[in-house]
Amino acid sequence: MSAAASASPSSVVPHPAPPEDDDQGPAAKPKRRAGRKAARRPLKERLRRDKMLLFLCIPGVLYFAVFFYLPLAGNVIAFQDYQPYLGFKNSPMVGWANFQALVQEPEFWTAVWNTIEISAVQLMLYFPAPIALALFLNSLISTKTRRLMQTIVYLPHFLSWVVVVGMFQQVLGGAGTVTSFLNDHGVGVGNVMNNPDTFFLLITSQAIWKDAGWGAIIFLAAMANIDNSLYESAAMDGANWWRRIWHITLPGIRPVIIMLLILRLGDILTVGFEQILLQRDNVGQEASEVLDTYVYFHGVVDGDWGMSTAAGLMKGVIGFVLIYLANKVAHRLGEQGVYR
Amino acid sequence: MSTASLTAFLKRDRRHAERPAWMERPSITAQGLKFLVIVGMIVAVGYPFLLCLGTSLATKEELAANGGYVLFPSNPTFESYNVVLSGGVVTRAAMVSIGITLIGTALSLLCTVALAYGLSRPGTVAGKPLLMLVLGTFLFTPGIIPNYLVIQELGMIDTYGALIAPIMLNAFNIVVVRAFFQGIPDELHEAARLDGAGDVRILLRIVLPLSKAVIAVVGMFYAVSYWNNFFNGMLYINDGAKMPLQLVLRSYVLQGDTFNAKALGVATLPSSTSMSMAVLILAVIPIVAVYPFLQKYFVKGVLTGAIKA
Repeated sequence: MSAAASASPSSVVPHPAPPEDDDQGPAAKPKRRAGRKAARRPLKERLRRDKMLLFLCIPGVLYFAVFFYLPLAGNVIAFQDYQPYLGFKNSPMVGWANFQALVQEPEFWTAVWNTIEISAVQLMLYFPAPIALALFLNSLISTKTRRLMQTIVYLPHFLSWVVVVGMFQQVLGGAGTVTSFLNDHGVGVGNVMNNPDTFFLLITSQAIWKDAGWGAIIFLAAMANIDNSLYESAAMDGANWWRRIWHITLPGIRPVIIMLLILRLGDILTVGFEQILLQRDNVGQEASEVLDTYVYFHGVVDGDWGMSTAAGLMKGVIGFVLIYLANKVAHRLGEQGVYR
Repeated sequence: MSTASLTAFLKRDRRHAERPAWMERPSITAQGLKFLVIVGMIVAVGYPFLLCLGTSLATKEELAANGGYVLFPSNPTFESYNVVLSGGVVTRAAMVSIGITLIGTALSLLCTVALAYGLSRPGTVAGKPLLMLVLGTFLFTPGIIPNYLVIQELGMIDTYGALIAPIMLNAFNIVVVRAFFQGIPDELHEAARLDGAGDVRILLRIVLPLSKAVIAVVGMFYAVSYWNNFFNGMLYINDGAKMPLQLVLRSYVLQGDTFNAKALGVATLPSSTSMSMAVLILAVIPIVAVYPFLQKYFVKGVLTGAIKA
């Protein structure tokens, strides 16, 4: 992130510094250099020099144009009465009508409310989990044990949601092993996979099982960068392990925590789409409808294109604004934030 | 374990990493708690795996006697796998998923490497705006409906292309590869250029051979995303013959679809739980098989990406 700080204000990723050496080789090809000198060369010459590099960019750039920027522009149908047979171009514009209709839909507000509720729970329970896990892994002295534990906790990240939900079903479902065991020992828990009241806890625990290990990687790396002599002098001054965590480790990884918190805020209206879609039938729409599933069912399934796109667009814009604001606040508080 | 052997074990272990002199030894309670947490994590991750594996390998009789699930089958059999793979839906879906994963990953890597290299050299014409174009994909999301409509307008509904196109390139992976390319010393480029090599030759002869590790990791990220993707299949594929494995897995494991003995060409079926667990394990095997080889690299991959992005 320190590299990003040196970049020009408009760029998110650092541009490499121009090479310092000046040995112009005997080769006739013009030397590639960054910055002003390169800009002074005539465009034609630079184009000829870079033609192969630009050629290499073509497939990727075309891809993003067609499968990212075209759909992004396609959000215009949020302002249209979209008719599939008329297409993007010819569907009549209706202004804000889709949005006005949307905010009068009680189902939309159920989806919004569920999304915020689940997000809030995940922010409280799922967000700290990788940090706690990283603190634990970091405390393991034996490299062997630590490697083993890392291997184990990273693995679930690579499983699909279908597999994860399937596995949970076998363990915690109505006929699941743990459910049966508890029932046999007089602790009736019922079927937690089908319980709408605890659904938000269920999906949070699934998310933790799957991704907490993976999320811990970045915190572990930040912890590895903390100067060991800080711990040593703190220990000399009589700080016990808890105080060392509180006064050295956590402040040491604070920039990373803040950065991820900002990114998480931008995603506050995004909660495990595939995961929830897979379990929607179990707990019913009332408990599990979130913004993404609302968009999917009202748009693709029911064909209400304009209104569901409006919902999706609203979500995207709010997410963008939230990231922007959170980043601003982080700067005010003297943190690095995500960009700049 | 005797005290002597325990001390020996601890001493042996400590050779690998010394506890710094200033760090106090944790109390017995703390050590016990740590041990419990370790065991707890191993069980939390390992138990569901073993349960599904054991059940997929168990006989019908043993499953019936044990309430439907078996952790360690007493006489394991591959009957469920044989039946499930004897033809029909699962075999077909597995072939589709394997094909999509192989072709998709190849396409993804080709375009990712090309684009990352094209954007990795300093001072390229239009390099900055093109990079912004890639990074812009971090900031916005087009949304489900516009994505769907574009695929539809392109006539890709019910084609294998619809399983590849929506996830073919990922800006994160491009940033990771680009960052790696930029770490390759400039002197190597200069030397090759003096020898008269052009950009493409430098990429093929110098940059790629040095980048095997990062390409393996990014290739795995892509392969996993193709293999695991279920939503694109659900969204774009209606034709049963083109369904990927995850969609079929969902129908058996989560939606309670049952196997048809006649369609599979067998007289009696193994337990249905055992068969759906066999499908589940089939969906997990490729991932578990490549995971150990790539694990040591992917931490690096994630970190470069996270820091650059």
